[in-house]
Amino acid sequence: MAVTDTASGRSASGGGDAPPKVALLNNPRVRSWLFQGVLAVIVAYLAYSGWMNMNANLQAAGVASGFGFLDENAGFSVAQSLIAYDQGSSSYGRVYVVGVLNTLVVAFFGIVLATVIGFIVGIARLSNNWIVSRLATGYVEFMRNLPLLLQIFIWYFGVLRLLPQPRDSIDFGALGLLNNRGYFAPKPVWGDGAAITFYALVAGLAIAYVIGRWAHRRQMKTGQPFPSFLVGLAVVVGLPLLAFLATGSPLSWDMPELGAFRPSGGMTVIPEFIALLVALSTYTAAFIAEIVRAGILGVSKGQSEAAHSLGLRQGQNLRLVVIPQALRIIIPPLTSQYLNLTKNSSLAVAIAYPELTSVFAGTALNQTGQAVEIISITMLTYLTFSLLTSAFMNWYNARVALVER
Amino acid sequence: MTNSVLTVAIGAAAAVALGATAASAATLDDVKAKGFVQCGVSQGLPGFSNPDADGNWSGMDVDLCRGIAAAIFDDPEAVKFTPLSAKERFTALQSGEVDLLSRNTTWTMSRDTQLGLNFAGVNYYDGQGFMIRTDMNVNSALELSGASICTNTGTTTELNVADYFRANDMDYELVAFEKADEVVAAYDSGRCDVYTTDQSGIYAQRLKLTDPGAHKVLPEVISKEPLGPVVRQGDDEWFNLVKWTHFAMVNAEELGVTSQNVDEMMESDNPSIRRLLGVEGEFGTDIGVENDWAYKIIKHVGNYGEVFARNVGPDTPLNIARGINALWTDGGLQYAPPIR
Repeated sequence: MAVTDTASGRSASGGGDAPPKVALLNNPRVRSWLFQGVLAVIVAYLAYSGWMNMNANLQAAGVASGFGFLDENAGFSVAQSLIAYDQGSSSYGRVYVVGVLNTLVVAFFGIVLATVIGFIVGIARLSNNWIVSRLATGYVEFMRNLPLLLQIFIWYFGVLRLLPQPRDSIDFGALGLLNNRGYFAPKPVWGDGAAITFYALVAGLAIAYVIGRWAHRRQMKTGQPFPSFLVGLAVVVGLPLLAFLATGSPLSWDMPELGAFRPSGGMTVIPEFIALLVALSTYTAAFIAEIVRAGILGVSKGQSEAAHSLGLRQGQNLRLVVIPQALRIIIPPLTSQYLNLTKNSSLAVAIAYPELTSVFAGTALNQTGQAVEIISITMLTYLTFSLLTSAFMNWYNARVALVER
Repeated sequence: MTNSVLTVAIGAAAAVALGATAASAATLDDVKAKGFVQCGVSQGLPGFSNPDADGNWSGMDVDLCRGIAAAIFDDPEAVKFTPLSAKERFTALQSGEVDLLSRNTTWTMSRDTQLGLNFAGVNYYDGQGFMIRTDMNVNSALELSGASICTNTGTTTELNVADYFRANDMDYELVAFEKADEVVAAYDSGRCDVYTTDQSGIYAQRLKLTDPGAHKVLPEVISKEPLGPVVRQGDDEWFNLVKWTHFAMVNAEELGVTSQNVDEMMESDNPSIRRLLGVEGEFGTDIGVENDWAYKIIKHVGNYGEVFARNVGPDTPLNIARGINALWTDGGLQYAPPIR
């Protein structure tokens, strides 16, 4: 005690007026560190004892544990796989990757669709046209007030019952077939020299980007606008098209053909995917619409009036003045909706869409019985998805945030 | 502020410490103490475990649970049922949520050895089959290449289908649902050409279709599916009781003891019957119940033949013949070790 007292006295002497001498335990800094340290120790102990307890119980119950099962042969089939998956030789680890990709693909398309629908409906709610705004209101109130699982069932069983059997497929000619086994699209088969078309596309994108930068700088300097969007589009479409024709159209189509059961050949979009995608995106779009509306209403009316008085048209006003400011309000809650959509994709279990929860935390769990390992992996995976989405949205939010000078 | 955080932390510690008690090994003592058997069953499979409109469960798997309750409490109603999906069932048993699983569960080696569980016998010998619409004009499972197949997730059926189609070099699309009702709904709405599960299940689920007559079961049986009750490993007393409840019902049928004549049979001179009904010997005490345990099972629930006939036999909508589930004396597989 005495040593610390002198130590604190010495250090205080440099600062001028000496603080009152207090016992070590009453020193606010020491106190807060002490309590936090104790808390950390308790939390660590709880985690440790929980872990040991689980291990002891699993051992006592004779349940196999460890992650060795990931290399074992899974031996069951998965309806949709973006990577090569063979039911005879693929492992549980592969099943996991298949599940993750299926979750990501439905989440990605879901987010894109929900954003597009949400922005359209949100802006429509603010329309001066009475019918349009009422329709948008009706959409929002209807979609967000019905449970999502119910909506998934409605789309799945409702849509399935309406579609014909494979032998009575709706034939879209060159666009493929539609029946209750899904949508069977023609599959592109690239021939020799197709890579050149691809390189042309990359080059087109790069050129369009450079044009955009140049046009922006020129407008900033001289005030002269340049139709960079149209010119860019022409380059992005035109360059690959020229390359494609120059190399002799190296593309053929593998058309789906009717068989005894499901059509063979082509690309298949299974009805589970369609039902889940539509349900997730239309449901989430209702929430996004409200967020968009709130964001636009959050931009003061004076901004629009100022834009109009400067001679901007209504479209320009929205694009250049209102939306950039509204985005600052929209993005944080929008992030939550994206996270919700990704997590809600696990409801696919109910309609047999083979995403992560269904094939890995479902089938694989049941076949191996290793609940603790599989549920931990699944939770970590969803956590990673969510944190990555949040990180991206936070980065974007920082970019559009008001830079104060 | 810090103090309140500490309080919460200590409370959480206490909660973890309390929750840390492992599921007790002595299931029979626990069951006697709480006064009922907690039995894990299916979410509704006619003939095996199915609730009626009033929530009363019936079926072969249910009767096994009632038999155990009768042996312990002399009351076949001293059972509470927990409906479990195929996916949840083993975890529910491992964690002690149910005392036993009597849920048309296939006995396989990996389930027996890796899950910390024991199968206590086979109360129904089944095999996997296929159902298809009659108007598809398919007469053999070997004509199913390219078909879409509906089934349940987390079952041996998924693996059997994979093996069968691979062995015969055929292609298929599997659509696997978590709940049996959704499998039936999807099949009924035409999502799949074929519905596959254990044959008993096919006959049971066919009753739920809009037009059961328009569907037929293909002749191929592609797997062995011995279905039976499951208990946790490491509790031999409870394991014995469950195992011998089933054996008592089979032995009773073999000896001609039924729920109708069991009271007269108490007077029987046949030593096997006298041991079964507890007139001679101390067999009940050895498995932790009273010596007239089998009498109570037969009196309240019936012998194996009665249970079969009542739930799935030819006089029920399922109309399943005894087949391989006949007694060994009739050329079937149902065989119980003797009580002596």
